[in-house]
Amino acid sequence: MEHDPHTGAIGIDTRKLGMWIFLASEIMFFSGLIGAYIVLRFANLESWPHPATVLNLPLTGVNTFILICSSATLVLGLASIQRGYKEGLQVGLFLTVLLGSIFLSIQFHEYHELVRDGFTISSSIFGSCFFTLTGFHGAHVLAGVIWLIVVLIRCAKGYFTPGEYAGVEIVGLYWHFVDLVWIILFTILYLV
Amino acid sequence: MEQVQQSNVTSQEAVHQRPNYAAIFWALLILTILEIIVANLPASKPLAVAGLVFLAIVKASLVALFYMHLKFEKFVIYLIVIFPLFLAVVLTLMILADQAPKLPA
Repeated sequence: MEHDPHTGAIGIDTRKLGMWIFLASEIMFFSGLIGAYIVLRFANLESWPHPATVLNLPLTGVNTFILICSSATLVLGLASIQRGYKEGLQVGLFLTVLLGSIFLSIQFHEYHELVRDGFTISSSIFGSCFFTLTGFHGAHVLAGVIWLIVVLIRCAKGYFTPGEYAGVEIVGLYWHFVDLVWIILFTILYLV
Repeated sequence: MEQVQQSNVTSQEAVHQRPNYAAIFWALLILTILEIIVANLPASKPLAVAGLVFLAIVKASLVALFYMHLKFEKFVIYLIVIFPLFLAVVLTLMILADQAPKLPA
């Protein structure tokens, strides 16, 4: 009897299980940061500016739209390989890498403008919170883009088939989680 | 062989259970626009904050349930996610309860 080396005793792909456990630790990581943000914000209510007066809300709104699009292109790529359409996966991965890179470029541009205007990580407690939270998220996006490029190269080499696409699923879990974290950060940093 | 076949069946089930990704995308987009509108409404601050947090939770749930396929996962995966999520919610609520007296009357 042939044994699937990736299926564990509980009948779940161990690679997928490992990613979910990693994401569980990531939930706690970002919860700690958000908890610190709440404490610092409440401790500085008087001096805390309205985010819209400091940050570029329309630009970040566009960036949020870009990240949502990137999640959609990735999930459509996954759906393509499930149907046996390899080119669809390639296009989906390429668009996701492109959109992720655009997101990072816009974030870099935003940082550049803010620092130019004197809003830095050490200029105020809001600045510290803003750059720490968005910086850690940006680092996750960068890691995701690099990982997606690796998956794209493996896809071009014909690694994925309609019966074996776990590599795409796992990078997808990570990427959608990064999108999910941004949904929360966008609300608490830019809108509230 | 049996397990490999089982794996393929799981894949096929996943294909059959594939949600309408385009509908989720449009829902996320509309909710984001709604968030920006709510943030700029001349409503009372606590009401606006409650509305924005609610919209963010709906968006995050849509991503987790449909894009991350949590809706179609086994119970073990739910447990792995629910436990830290519960701790995160408890942590946030306790911090908020601790800090709330600092709010201006």
